[in-house]
Amino acid sequence: MSKYLLNKFLFTVDRDPGLVERYREDPRGTVEWWEAEYANRLLSCHGGEASTWLRFEDAEREALAGHDYPKLFELGAHPFLTLTLFIAMFERDHEPLGFQTEYARRLAHMAMPYPDIAT
Amino acid sequence: MAELVAVIASTHHPFYYRASTATGEDRPPFADEWVRKVEAFRETLTKARPDVLVMVGSDHFHQLWLDNMPQFLVGKAPFYDANWYNEEREFGLPRMFFTGQEDLSAYILREGLDAGFDLAFSNELRIDHSITCPIITLRPQNDLPIVPIYTNIFAPPLPRPKRFVQLGRAIRELVESWPADRRVAVIGTGHLSLELGGPRQFGPHGPDPEFDRRAVEWISSGDIEGCLSEVTLDSLHLPGNATHGFMDFMLMMGVAGEGAKADYVDTYDLFHTMEAYFTWYPNGGVA
Repeated sequence: MSKYLLNKFLFTVDRDPGLVERYREDPRGTVEWWEAEYANRLLSCHGGEASTWLRFEDAEREALAGHDYPKLFELGAHPFLTLTLFIAMFERDHEPLGFQTEYARRLAHMAMPYPDIAT
Repeated sequence: MAELVAVIASTHHPFYYRASTATGEDRPPFADEWVRKVEAFRETLTKARPDVLVMVGSDHFHQLWLDNMPQFLVGKAPFYDANWYNEEREFGLPRMFFTGQEDLSAYILREGLDAGFDLAFSNELRIDHSITCPIITLRPQNDLPIVPIYTNIFAPPLPRPKRFVQLGRAIRELVESWPADRRVAVIGTGHLSLELGGPRQFGPHGPDPEFDRRAVEWISSGDIEGCLSEVTLDSLHLPGNATHGFMDFMLMMGVAGEGAKADYVDTYDLFHTMEAYFTWYPNGGVA
């Protein structure tokens, strides 16, 4: 499990307007590029001091590549990060609050206790 | 010594700014009543005539991140920029700019460390909506210097509820022992029951109205012991997956004191989450 890396993807994409659009339009390509080029960046440090050990598990990579936010919830990604980024990408395609209510419906099968989000 | 002239606890609803400034068809039906309630709440701060604001909130993964996560952090800077791209994008919040009360930040850090709180600090902190929302609602002219204090209610492992209460008590002691002839208000924001990114989000009310009713009772009556006897890190998952933000209300109960009845209480039942507004005047009224 690399919940931290899932969160790092959501965090770094959400705060970059260009990456938000890139992930919306080409999710699989963006995830592959990000894992190869970005996943090991130690944020706020130059590239020579990147980490060496971070990679997604297959289920995590597939959930991100499929825009599968219910699966991200099941995997323990931080729900605030997932919600914020997916609103940025898809709210525009719905009536006001329509995406948010659809999002809740697609998670309706999740019962308490929810998956652990501790990293 | 400084005087603590008001203690204010509030929700921080990021949609207020857009709802209150919208006109015509864009203005939601609940906006007028919301504005009326916020303006009445604002008057409780205005009457206290503060010189300085200590602002308690929680960064929402903006500047504070999982590679270096503080539990409690005090801003110590002469100025603070505020609001982030994703808050402009989702909530329509404006960019803002604050002056810092840097000597009070230094005092809280030094004395807080000596009192047993291992406070982190930041000399360059960009503030987010947990602090800008109460400025927009309570002090829209944004003319007072601030000390921002961030708590971790967001990224487990979290401090336990009791620790938030203890820090609130300590903040009060530090404000009241600050050797400066200034009138200080402490303003903190959190949540009642709230779900974000889960199946109970964006319903017609908050996800757990019964929790909200009890929370308002604990806060307005100053029932710290009763609240602590029932609220745990585990129990806070039940009313909604973002309800750990209630611990910032518990911190503010610590500032107000055990058994301190709020002098002003108001709520507003909105879709998604309940708004709640509380003011205490520690010295029995406004001078």
